[in-house]
Amino acid sequence: MEIFKLDKDFKIKVGLAEMLKGGVIMDVTRAEQAKIAEDAGAVAVMALERIPADIRAHGGVARMSNPRVIKEIMDTVSIPVMAKCRIGHFAEAQVLQALGVDFIDESEVLTPADDKYHVDKGSFKAPFVCGCRDLAEALRRIAEGAALIRTKGEAGTGNIVEAVRHMRTVQSEIKRITLLGDEELVIQAKEMGVPVDLLVFVKRKGKLPVPNFAAGGIATPADAALMMQLGAESVFVGSGIFKSADPEERAKAIVMAVANYHNPEIVAQASEKLGDAMPGLEISQIPRDQIIQGRGW
Amino acid sequence: MAKALGILGLQGDYALHARALHRLGIPHRLVKWPEDLKDTSGLILPGGESTTFLNLMEKTGLRDAILRFAQEKPLMGTCAGLIVLATRIQNQKMKTLGLIDLEAKRNAFGRQIHSFQAPVRILPFQDHPSFDGVFIRAPQILSLGGETQALGFYQEQVVMARNRNVLVMTFHPELTADTRIHRFFYQSFVQTV
Repeated sequence: MEIFKLDKDFKIKVGLAEMLKGGVIMDVTRAEQAKIAEDAGAVAVMALERIPADIRAHGGVARMSNPRVIKEIMDTVSIPVMAKCRIGHFAEAQVLQALGVDFIDESEVLTPADDKYHVDKGSFKAPFVCGCRDLAEALRRIAEGAALIRTKGEAGTGNIVEAVRHMRTVQSEIKRITLLGDEELVIQAKEMGVPVDLLVFVKRKGKLPVPNFAAGGIATPADAALMMQLGAESVFVGSGIFKSADPEERAKAIVMAVANYHNPEIVAQASEKLGDAMPGLEISQIPRDQIIQGRGW
Repeated sequence: MAKALGILGLQGDYALHARALHRLGIPHRLVKWPEDLKDTSGLILPGGESTTFLNLMEKTGLRDAILRFAQEKPLMGTCAGLIVLATRIQNQKMKTLGLIDLEAKRNAFGRQIHSFQAPVRILPFQDHPSFDGVFIRAPQILSLGGETQALGFYQEQVVMARNRNVLVMTFHPELTADTRIHRFFYQSFVQTV
């Protein structure tokens, strides 16, 4: 059976994702925040109009950031700059690519622009990252050309439980696929709604063909260490930093915790001096129509 | 039993360097704290974000430890690793280690959409000098100083250089399955110093 192959252009995209491993990517809405993130040791920043907690609080349609703000951020920091576009909004993605952003996040955190289709990411020169809740969703996004996968979690809640569920689901489904016989793969692909060659890859290699990061609800250094130990190769921190009492110190502490995720003494030391984390949200208290992770097809 | 070769494991694609050394049967170990350098035969600084490396090296005490280590032991740096080891970075105030005399420019080809793959020529590989150069937001070497020698070229640009005990390149051999550069570092630096 044919195995999924990464062509040359795809390898260049995945190459940048490889460089971001073992690091922290921080959500920022302004150039000053981007500078704080870079000085704290972030490996990249994610530009967005409003951080997820504010999108959740204020509602309305959440869109791509203003290009002027993205340019200011790109001029301010030397680390890679990512930016979010709405699901299926390929024109926003084109704008982001034209601006020269280093990674485009086709993100469920923004209001979806297409209720059926995602962006054809393989046709872009810029690499894309997409969220997932399970292996099938991850493989569909990779089939569309995503060079990096992250858990969705439940953004803007400061509650890690959904990110943990999504990471555990992906990991255990990968393990299950490795145990299947080749004769089971076609029907398995049909049931999951994914291409067979990607399932063959997962079965043979026991992992996704692109790096797998964590996002959605990380608020403390211990949250970050938890996700890394569950198999995340880096973490995205959204509201967790700039909604906390002490963004600079918290950003530094999470960077330290990710670099030493296997070492609880260091995670403890990094957490000691911190003030209050962002206020959290219990998932069951969120009205159903305000659950973000269900966006994506 | 041979001593392990260290790989700076603060951030970046250190696992891919470990994969290359594993393929060559060279024992290796991640270095995150100064004490991890003890009994290592050399140190590889991987690709990643140089600002993150320098930040964490300062906080962990690895900065001074690596400076002492480099008095006797060999080091290799790829991409961000090169930036950390260089003496001067154009237009940036970065407190680099200055262990190889050269001036570099970060992200010199542009942003990620300008990342590319192209053959480079590696002079020590006399009979088969072509190597797949993967350049990711890559730096450029602008000039070489002191005893630094050019070892590899992309077109007319220097992309790999050395001095007595430091080997650096602007591209990522660890992103390919070709282990010749890791073997070259091991044989010509680690086993001879």
